[in-house]
Amino acid sequence: MALVEVRNISKIYHLGGEEIRALDDVSLDIGSGEFISIIGPSGSGKSTLMHILGCLDTPTKGTITLDGTMIQDASQRQLAGIRNKKIGFVFQFFNLLPKLNVLQNVELPMIYGGQSSRERKERAMEALKMVELENRSKHRPSQLSGGQQQRVAIARSLVNDPRIILADEPTGNLDSHTGENILKLFRNLSEEGRTIILVTHDPEIAAVTPRKIEIRDGKVATKLDAKLAGLDRSISNGMGGH
Amino acid sequence: MDLWSAISVGLKEIWANKFRSLLTMLGIILGVASLVSMSALVAGMEKGAREALIAIGGLKKVRLEPQDVPVDQRHLKDQAVGITMKDVEALQHNAHSIEILSPEMRQYGAVVGAKGKTFSPFIVAGVWPVALEMGEHEIEHGRMFNEMDDDMARSVCVIGTETRNELFGSPEEAGREIIPIGEIITINNQAFTIIGMFKHYESEQDRKKRELENSKPKEARSGPTRSKGWRGGGQGNFVFWLKNATVFMPMNTMWIKFRSGSTSSSSSWGRSSSITYDAGDPRLSTLEVRLKDVENMDAALQQIRNILMITHKGIEDFAFRTQEEWSENINAFIKNARLSGGIIAAISLLVGGIGIMNIMLASISERVREVGIRKSVGATTLDIFVQILVESVVLAVLGGLVGLEVSFLLVKVLASISPTDNAPIITMGAMALAFGSSVGIGVLAGLFPAFKASRLSPLVALRYD
Repeated sequence: MALVEVRNISKIYHLGGEEIRALDDVSLDIGSGEFISIIGPSGSGKSTLMHILGCLDTPTKGTITLDGTMIQDASQRQLAGIRNKKIGFVFQFFNLLPKLNVLQNVELPMIYGGQSSRERKERAMEALKMVELENRSKHRPSQLSGGQQQRVAIARSLVNDPRIILADEPTGNLDSHTGENILKLFRNLSEEGRTIILVTHDPEIAAVTPRKIEIRDGKVATKLDAKLAGLDRSISNGMGGH
Repeated sequence: MDLWSAISVGLKEIWANKFRSLLTMLGIILGVASLVSMSALVAGMEKGAREALIAIGGLKKVRLEPQDVPVDQRHLKDQAVGITMKDVEALQHNAHSIEILSPEMRQYGAVVGAKGKTFSPFIVAGVWPVALEMGEHEIEHGRMFNEMDDDMARSVCVIGTETRNELFGSPEEAGREIIPIGEIITINNQAFTIIGMFKHYESEQDRKKRELENSKPKEARSGPTRSKGWRGGGQGNFVFWLKNATVFMPMNTMWIKFRSGSTSSSSSWGRSSSITYDAGDPRLSTLEVRLKDVENMDAALQQIRNILMITHKGIEDFAFRTQEEWSENINAFIKNARLSGGIIAAISLLVGGIGIMNIMLASISERVREVGIRKSVGATTLDIFVQILVESVVLAVLGGLVGLEVSFLLVKVLASISPTDNAPIITMGAMALAFGSSVGIGVLAGLFPAFKASRLSPLVALRYD
């Protein structure tokens, strides 16, 4: 059984009496340990798919099973628990709490997970070591560079040892060099066996991942757009040796 | 998330916004401080009033005073004898509800003199030795006159400290205690020997003040000694002043030396005729009785009235005077002061609560994104609700604690500028009430913002900028 099984899900919004199908009958499987990019132009529905995969939102129709749990009709409380234990988020704008220091930010998921403060601290330091920021634990996010902030966010997403890491345009707000470093970090994590889903419209990033899913007009595209998927070698600079 | 983490998150949030938190708490601080100090003021006044009530004999004390004959008995006016020693005898034998009976024969407007000084005390009266107990008097120096002095109508007297101050000088001015025992004074030009002096009566507040002044070294005065004008507050509470301005002598001495019973009552009580109605019995100015218990006051007064109606041949030329009304007035006054103070304090606490709610609401729209982040890493609706509620309660609790501190300061300031002689008393009850209501208000003010924040959808919250 796949880690994530998406079956015929649709997401329908009503905007001023008009029906908008953000997702239209999407089905896909994601196996454990896969490194996937979800690509598509803006407005294609890829963000909606990511929100549903991340249990931030529920589909209007269809079923979705995450690590054996049906989540399409889970309660708000259950969804919060799944977000806490099984999913790690990395956002484009880092989304760190500015008033907490780096260590406290990384500890945050464990506060809601109910771990003891000693365990929280130990595991947060471990996660910071993985992103090589253990010597910045007392800094405020505002005292760090963008790349460092994103690494803190990645440490936060790792700290509860989730089944899936969902990254929404993780390099979108970084310069290309820093972005490369972040991507390297993701690839290392993938090699350690973690399941990582990158949502992006950047072909260079898509080129890094072995599997690519393109969403177009709310549907999974049967044939990948070569440019968008980074398959066109003239655009890709061969980053990562794929 | 457990409660302790919630509280520490709340404290961090408050600390991160120090100035705003302080402004928010200000309402609660002032509310708590005004509630506590208001009740301290009222408690102080209450204590002062009760002290005064006890000083004049408490509720058990009833005065019998002569009174004009009622209208329907006017034709019997020449038969009216007033309150006499015969009544005292009758009451002594028949009125079982009376504990102590103390007749008093006053010399109104008497002038006492010594060493060329004169003074008009508030009370110059012939009494039985039992008046000591009746009037809650205490002899500090010398002795009270006894039955033998009374029987022999000796020219002796016991004076209060105010009389002493006026005739012999006060200890404050002399810098030492003045005990005029054995000195001769004149009362309406008749010589009397002072055999005793009462203790100085004063409210506890005045006593403390005086002791404090005594403990300090006297500052050297510059220039010649002079009167620096009327010492307004120098005499303390009026009731105590009256009690200090007293001269007592044995009943028989008063009767024999002044015949005050027949002369004064006809002039003082407005009798139109110039003829004295001396029935051969010493006429009293007042008769004070102490009842065995307050509960049966109505029955006791009825019994006394019945007895007196017999001795007075059915003419009701006497009246009762009790302290009930005064006591009721005091209670009503305290109730009013409590109520108005309570309303003011409640309003300021309410304003404080609204302030907290306002700030919490404002801070939530500022923190939509934070709520989104917390929810995306696994915070439940309840977690967010508890977090915001705890923040508001922590604010209110801190405000309450600071408010209690401030109230001590405020009470000190009030005590130094307040017009009463009564020091404010901070009571535990008032502190507990103020603190409790500040916590309650924190909870109430936090409920709505917490509900609002916790209902935010994580998606909307994350997109919010």
